[in-house]
Amino acid sequence: MGILFNILNLAIFTSTLRITTPILFAALGGCMTERSGVINIGLEGMMLMGAFAAAVGSYFWGPWLGVLFGIFVGGIMGLLHAFMSVTVKANQIISATAINIFALGFPNLIVPVLWKGHYAMTPVVPVIKSIQIPVIADIPVLGPIIGNLNPIVYIAFLLVPVVHYVLFKTRLGLRIRAVGEHPKAADTVGINVALMRYIAVTVSGLLAGFGGAFLSVAYQSQFSQAMTAGRGFIGLAAMIFGRWRPFGALVACLIFAFADAFQASAQAAGVPIPPDLLLTLPYLLTLIALAGLIGKKAVGPAANGKPYFKD
Amino acid sequence: MPSIIRMENIVKRFPSVLANDHVNLEVEEGEIHCLLGENGAGKSTLMNILYGLYSHDSGKILIRDREVRFRGPADAIANGIGMVHQDFMLIPVFTVVENLILGAEPVKGFSLDLEKAREEIANLSEKYKLDVEPTAYIENISVGMQQRVEILKLLYRGAEIMIFDEPTSILTPQEVDELYKIMNFLRENGKTIIFITHKLKEVMEISDRVTVLRDGRVIDTIDTSSTNPHELARMMVGREVLFRVEKPSVRIGKRVLKIENLHARNQRGLPALNGVSLDVAEGEVVGIAGIDGNGQTELVEVLSGLRKIDRGKISLYDRDITNFTPKELIDMGIAHIPEDRRLRGLILDFHLYENLILGFQDNKPFRRGVILDLKRVKEWSSELVEDFDIRPRDIDVNAGSLSGGNQQKVVIAREFSRNIKLLVASQPSRGLDVGATEFVHNQIMRVKAEGKAVLLVSLELSEVMNLSDRILVIYEGKIQAEFDPKKTTESEIGLVMAGGHV
Repeated sequence: MGILFNILNLAIFTSTLRITTPILFAALGGCMTERSGVINIGLEGMMLMGAFAAAVGSYFWGPWLGVLFGIFVGGIMGLLHAFMSVTVKANQIISATAINIFALGFPNLIVPVLWKGHYAMTPVVPVIKSIQIPVIADIPVLGPIIGNLNPIVYIAFLLVPVVHYVLFKTRLGLRIRAVGEHPKAADTVGINVALMRYIAVTVSGLLAGFGGAFLSVAYQSQFSQAMTAGRGFIGLAAMIFGRWRPFGALVACLIFAFADAFQASAQAAGVPIPPDLLLTLPYLLTLIALAGLIGKKAVGPAANGKPYFKD
Repeated sequence: MPSIIRMENIVKRFPSVLANDHVNLEVEEGEIHCLLGENGAGKSTLMNILYGLYSHDSGKILIRDREVRFRGPADAIANGIGMVHQDFMLIPVFTVVENLILGAEPVKGFSLDLEKAREEIANLSEKYKLDVEPTAYIENISVGMQQRVEILKLLYRGAEIMIFDEPTSILTPQEVDELYKIMNFLRENGKTIIFITHKLKEVMEISDRVTVLRDGRVIDTIDTSSTNPHELARMMVGREVLFRVEKPSVRIGKRVLKIENLHARNQRGLPALNGVSLDVAEGEVVGIAGIDGNGQTELVEVLSGLRKIDRGKISLYDRDITNFTPKELIDMGIAHIPEDRRLRGLILDFHLYENLILGFQDNKPFRRGVILDLKRVKEWSSELVEDFDIRPRDIDVNAGSLSGGNQQKVVIAREFSRNIKLLVASQPSRGLDVGATEFVHNQIMRVKAEGKAVLLVSLELSEVMNLSDRILVIYEGKIQAEFDPKKTTESEIGLVMAGGHV
């Protein structure tokens, strides 16, 4: 009982929110791209490139410009994937895999050029610091959890209703979803299918880049090789678990992040379970959550992953 | 009457075919103008050009005497042209309102103004007597209503010229009458309608004038009142056409298929067959009539081994074949013409000679040890291609490159080339033109003449009427009534198809 109390302290909730943030960015990006009918497993690589670009930007121009640079580079990667899958009509899985592999190698090539003697890891860079929200921080119990966080964490959570609004309440969103369900129907009413998909996939890259920037200039203070560690993929799984909806994806991200925070806290509290086993907990939970979906209706956009050919 | 559309010398060439060969079409304002022609005659191509989906290679399009050049459907829509496509262009998971406004969405600030759109649509629906529920999801409404949503979509965009691409193929006779009423009402309200069809009856019933196309060329444009179905058929096909299938007189023999109290579920796990019982005898064609989605698909899947049943019994010559695998059923002598030949009947990326042995590829004489005897297979396939007049006469082409009619011939050649006891034919003439339909029907009659049993499932009521010895009407997974085709009418059967009682 005492141990459990040690694990479940307030800090676990704060760290849940911090762990949620990068995954949530990927999940929101996933909502955008898949709703438009383009599968983007390249979110992982886009996030990694975003993290790298943000660290580089932060080193030279300061943390906020670094974040902007990370978002920008993520967007460029998104644009590349859009070009490959919409214009060239290449296999989307292969295009995205190429992006993932590229993102693994590219930073290694650049780091030693920018910083002599460094390899696979940038020097420590300036970071974005947490902020205190005046009134909220004073609320008992809740205040310490949500009143004193990194601004990017707040942005990520605010983006959930924003993405929901864009997808389900605006003209652009209706068209993006139409293109993901039945591109020919959209085409026959004069909607530019390719443009919609370009927009959605590029935005997914921007969001993934933002998530990566959080990792390198907020969550940590440098870029290191493969630092995203599968977060892009977990974000995609969360998006599917949340049935291609931003709020659903948020719930899934929180479950995963809580499991991760729990295992870290349990390790710190000295729970007599091998740490290797504890580390599997979040992944196990994701697996169970996804498996629990089997048999239920988890149908994605009808035209997801299918290039649109005009005949 | 002034002409509202003039298409002059339209030429459209696809890689392998000249789809429109200097086509001229003139449509008058406020008329219902039929475009009549067989599949591949170029009707749909011509209309897709008018609607901006295809660009033409040469020729001119004039709307109200002004030349236009469309870069896409958006331009056509802006010029008052709308099209109801053969496959509905509706998004199943969207509501009627969302589908209608798509591409022309009213907004308030950044947000969609769904409330305003709903009101507008409700008003339009009332004005044109379309009876559409704006907030319903497309996947939950009937096919007839979906079609009315398509019509509403055009009206919402202010279309003056409305193109209907074979709109009746998926409707019940009652729904067709309903559609005619709507079309007449639209004409009274000043709309111009172009109606694409290959059915002569429809031309005679609804149109003011008709333009007949054949092989990408216009044969003629005439007043409907001055022609008759025989003349139109001759123009369309280029030769005399027999309308009635010659039914061979065969003695009805022993019972071949017996289905007792069959229960099965559909893809979504919901009950689809709720106690079907029927039997078919030697030399007999039993037709199943019904509206799409009343269990026909599941019944055919059960009989071809693709779907397991919950309850009931199926026997062939008194031998229990319940829940046999497809392979076992094939070996038992059941032939199957599936409703979707492209999905279930053929492997489109395979050569003809491979498609022609599917299902018995591992039987003698095509197998030598564990490998295919390709020489044998090819010899045999070449014979079939000859016997069944499959064009091109080339067994090395892929099945996907053939026309619909020839694809169906491949399926039929394969299925009929073995020693069969029972033929299960599901919508055998779906999407085929007059000539190919004639061929398919004659082949089915040949099977009957040989004393085999035939179970024919079709959404095309006239097909069931023409070919069957007995007609069973299926509704909500149950056989509701039996008719003698000689002693009944289409409307009587149509009533039962729609859930009514005789």
